[in-house]
Amino acid sequence: MSNSGILRSSLAKKYVMALSGLFLCLFLLGHLVGNLQLFIPGEEGQQAFNEYAHFMTTFPLVKLLSYLTYAAVLFHVVDGIALTLQNRKARPTGYVKEKGSANASWSSRNMGILGTIILVFLVSHMQNFWYMMHFGPIDFDSDGLKDLHAVVMRFFGPENGLAGLAVAGYVLAQFALGFHLIHGFQSAFQSLGLRHSKYSPLIERAGLLFGIVVPALFASIPVYLFYIQL
Amino acid sequence: MNLTLKVWRQNGPEAKGHMDTHALEGVSPDMSFLEMMDMLNDQIIRAGGEPIAFDHDCREGICGMCSMFINGEAHGPGRGVTTCQLHMRSFKDGDTIAIEPWRAKAFPVIKDLTVDRSAFDRIIQAGGYISVNTSGKTMDANAIPIPKQDADEAFSSATCIGCGACVASCKNASAMLFVSAKVSQFALLPQGQPERETRVQRMVDQMDKEGFGNCTNTGACAVECPKGIDLSNIARMNRDFMSASVKSKK
Amino acid sequence: MLDSKIPEGPLADKWTKYKDHIQLVNPANKRSIDVIVVGTGLAGSSAAASLAEMGYNVKALCFQDSPRRAHSIAAQGGINAAKNYQNDGDSVHRLFYDTVKGGDYRSREANVHRLAEVSTNIIDQCVAQGVPFAREYGGLLDNRSFGGVLVSRTFYAKGQTGQQLLLGAYSALSRQISKGKVDMLTRHEMMDVVMLDGKCRGIIARNLVTGELERHAAHAVVLATGGYGNVFFLSTNAMGSNVSAAWKAHKKGAHMANPCFTQIHPTCIPVSGEHQSKLTLMSESLRNDGRIWVPAKKEDAEAIRKGTKTALEIAEADRDYYLERRYPAFGNLVPRDVASRAAKERCDAGFGVNKTGEAVFLDFASAFKRYGKTEASIRGLSQPSTEEIVTLGKEVVKAKYGNLFDMYKQIAADDPYETPMKIYPAVHYTMGGLWVDYNLMTSVSGLYATGESNFSDHGANRLGASALMQGLADGYFVLPYTIGDYLANDIRTGAISSDSAEFEAAEKAVQERIDHLINNNGSKPVDDFHRRLGRIMWNECGMSRNEAGLKKAIADIRALREEFWKDVRVPGNATSYNPELDKAGRVADFLEQGELMCMDALAREESCGGHFREEHQTPEGEALRDDENFAFVSAWEFAGDPSESKLIKEDLVFENIELKQRSYK
Repeated sequence: MSNSGILRSSLAKKYVMALSGLFLCLFLLGHLVGNLQLFIPGEEGQQAFNEYAHFMTTFPLVKLLSYLTYAAVLFHVVDGIALTLQNRKARPTGYVKEKGSANASWSSRNMGILGTIILVFLVSHMQNFWYMMHFGPIDFDSDGLKDLHAVVMRFFGPENGLAGLAVAGYVLAQFALGFHLIHGFQSAFQSLGLRHSKYSPLIERAGLLFGIVVPALFASIPVYLFYIQL
Repeated sequence: MNLTLKVWRQNGPEAKGHMDTHALEGVSPDMSFLEMMDMLNDQIIRAGGEPIAFDHDCREGICGMCSMFINGEAHGPGRGVTTCQLHMRSFKDGDTIAIEPWRAKAFPVIKDLTVDRSAFDRIIQAGGYISVNTSGKTMDANAIPIPKQDADEAFSSATCIGCGACVASCKNASAMLFVSAKVSQFALLPQGQPERETRVQRMVDQMDKEGFGNCTNTGACAVECPKGIDLSNIARMNRDFMSASVKSKK
Repeated sequence: MLDSKIPEGPLADKWTKYKDHIQLVNPANKRSIDVIVVGTGLAGSSAAASLAEMGYNVKALCFQDSPRRAHSIAAQGGINAAKNYQNDGDSVHRLFYDTVKGGDYRSREANVHRLAEVSTNIIDQCVAQGVPFAREYGGLLDNRSFGGVLVSRTFYAKGQTGQQLLLGAYSALSRQISKGKVDMLTRHEMMDVVMLDGKCRGIIARNLVTGELERHAAHAVVLATGGYGNVFFLSTNAMGSNVSAAWKAHKKGAHMANPCFTQIHPTCIPVSGEHQSKLTLMSESLRNDGRIWVPAKKEDAEAIRKGTKTALEIAEADRDYYLERRYPAFGNLVPRDVASRAAKERCDAGFGVNKTGEAVFLDFASAFKRYGKTEASIRGLSQPSTEEIVTLGKEVVKAKYGNLFDMYKQIAADDPYETPMKIYPAVHYTMGGLWVDYNLMTSVSGLYATGESNFSDHGANRLGASALMQGLADGYFVLPYTIGDYLANDIRTGAISSDSAEFEAAEKAVQERIDHLINNNGSKPVDDFHRRLGRIMWNECGMSRNEAGLKKAIADIRALREEFWKDVRVPGNATSYNPELDKAGRVADFLEQGELMCMDALAREESCGGHFREEHQTPEGEALRDDENFAFVSAWEFAGDPSESKLIKEDLVFENIELKQRSYK
């Protein structure tokens, strides 16, 4: 009916945000599990990580998943920008005095800024590693696989004069991600209409846990790598 | 109590507005916020000025007409109250109070603190009703038993007074809480089922047309809602809209 | 002189038979007939929606920013209907009887019986519209009792029944607006009615945002503009509620009936100070469970006023539950007029319990215990402590009246769960209003009045939960039929033009009055005069009246009116949004209407319902009616000035009810 069509509606935009966001949460989980291999010391760790990197860039199903992830990021970003622009337009004259803290959490009011920080991080992160893996000058390890492990170690090691700054940047980005997730995780369920007096508190707690643990583990990797190479 | 009041003055929809400062002395803590405004207007009129225009009517928190953004919050610092129910005992002697109109593209300022909320009426007109003629000859009121829990929940949604505090509080000026409350009321009752899908689609369409922002689930609306309409209404509307859109033939 | 047009035949058949023989307008012709409905409360919204549904072209006006904000929304307690769901012996006849008796035998039998008949349709209609009435666990509708009756026939939605019913009517109206059958003009005020060839053929309205005057022509005009309680300045009415539309109609020939019949509601939050702008009602339903008392000893009352004692320190034996003492049969559920006067009597005698001495207690302590015990038993608690019982009882009371308790706490800054509420009577409703015949037509052809704006159904005192019933009955089920009888003669009239000299003249008169107010350049704001008028009315034409006081009031009002026109200051201009100007026009009308109220009270040399003349009371201080000489409706005809108004009597004929001294003992 009507001229709406599901795709043009403001609610549909929210569904896209929610679905792409939840998909990216899954991606984060996968990415984290892989990256945690960087904690494995020595040769063994190097091998495991490089095999993982090789698998991720060559296995067809994973490739498909990665395209889906790119799409999710794209949708999430484009949709987010569209929503933000529309929301700006909805209040052309702002309040002289506005006490947002009285009725909403800081993260919920700053999803756009948090998202932007994450996006900037994402671009630089992809340039640092993804680009190197695919197109950069890269060595091969003893098994003949691309030695991404070495790239990572170098990036956070003494050879990189700006390693300290990089670590700080990565940690900061994970803070942004954390706050983004704390609101975003449960918000996605709300947007999809999945709310229930019994289960929603659980979802909120799960979101909080996810938003703290995942970014914290991500952040611990560069810190650890930097520390062991001091 | 002596107060400094910073009040938004704007001559018309197109005029540029500004904050005006007034000193008001001898305010009683037992006064309602609007009685304080009456006192200020009395002072302004007697001094030969033009009083501040603001909407108000029942002054008992039910008509939904009063609408002031006080010290950065819709209906001020109180919870579960409208501006008319807010009392001056919530403030301290010497306080400075900022008073602004609801701000949203869909709620253009008429004058000073008065805004045009007819967008809400148009959303209801788009489908916020059950299509039944007023013959009085439908069926006996007790013909369909309704579980008390559903009736109570429908009632809770139906208590929305259409004041617009949700829109005013939302950083995106979204009207989702208002729209979803009406959608929910009927979605929870057997009488609302025949039009359940078309209703939610039409109302959401109209909401979008009016230029309200999008919901980003900050929850500010529910916190500031004087009637405690909660976010489960929005979730229900999200759900209903999705299923209606998927099922609809166009 | 006055033809009430009551149909012949036995009471119970009048309405059905009449409806069967009423003239109908064929659907095609309805499309060429225009009707204006002024006001969008229960009566207005329901009438506009029903008329549009039937096919008429409807224009509806409200002064608020949305039809949903009309003051019907604030009605709390409930709506009566003779459904007899509780099987407690209710019937159409009993509702009819209770209403006539409650109104102290000053209403028309035929109108009231019709109201009782259609009451059941209202509930069916509202449920079908999705009005979420309170329900029992079995899923069926719940009822509660209200003052002045011995059955439970009141349907309710917590303490927000009026809101839910109005939103129901508003949704029906919205549906017709979306179909283009109703042209809805919000922020528009009716400034005058326009007469063509002795018939009402339109109105002059003012767009309150732009200040523009507009002409609206129609074949008939329906006023659904509510009551005039705001003549007292302090009342439970909304700030904007006014008499202006009805008063303008009165000045154009519509008789004003029983204007002195005012309902003073017994349970309102007392006045807290000079700044007070309005009073808030605590629903009558609270009297189901609350007990009203004052200290039995004067020294206790004085101590409470001084703040050296609290209610809780007064021993049970030292409390005077005066309603239970005086009226053992009905106790705290006596009708409103009786309860109000009893409160005033105690306070005047020096037993009042707040700073001003004008308050009595409404105490829920025994309800907490009673409900707590039942709840403890339901939960199977063995030997619960008193504390546990009270806590459980408070939960039950919270579920029933939570929003009212919260509202009280908000306004009075006192927790009614811990200490008794303080209440005092306040102006609430006006039984008087425009005189209408059985068709709801005023004494002006083509001009109708519905809901609170007419006088018809409640006599000298309205029972609780009957206003909502009347508003919706008039709008949904009575007017839409009866108006057809008049409009059937208009099918060949064609569209009414608003270019006539009559419209021109009416608009010019309105413009002149506005110009006068704006250019007056006086020294006092409108509210100043309104407050003073209110004080006169409350002191002399309030809960009890006497000849000397009324005469003084009439003189004072005239003087005040003169001063108003000389010295009122209306800031701003008439060509933009200017609420002060709107208010000035309304107060100017109150200043005339208040005088007529006092004249009516003076002329009615008896006590009945809300009208209590001190000269006419029984030795026990109860109202003393005079059926011999005053069993009539006072219809006042305007003759140039309120003081010149002429009294026309419509005799009330009681064929089915025996007139008795009302007793609730």
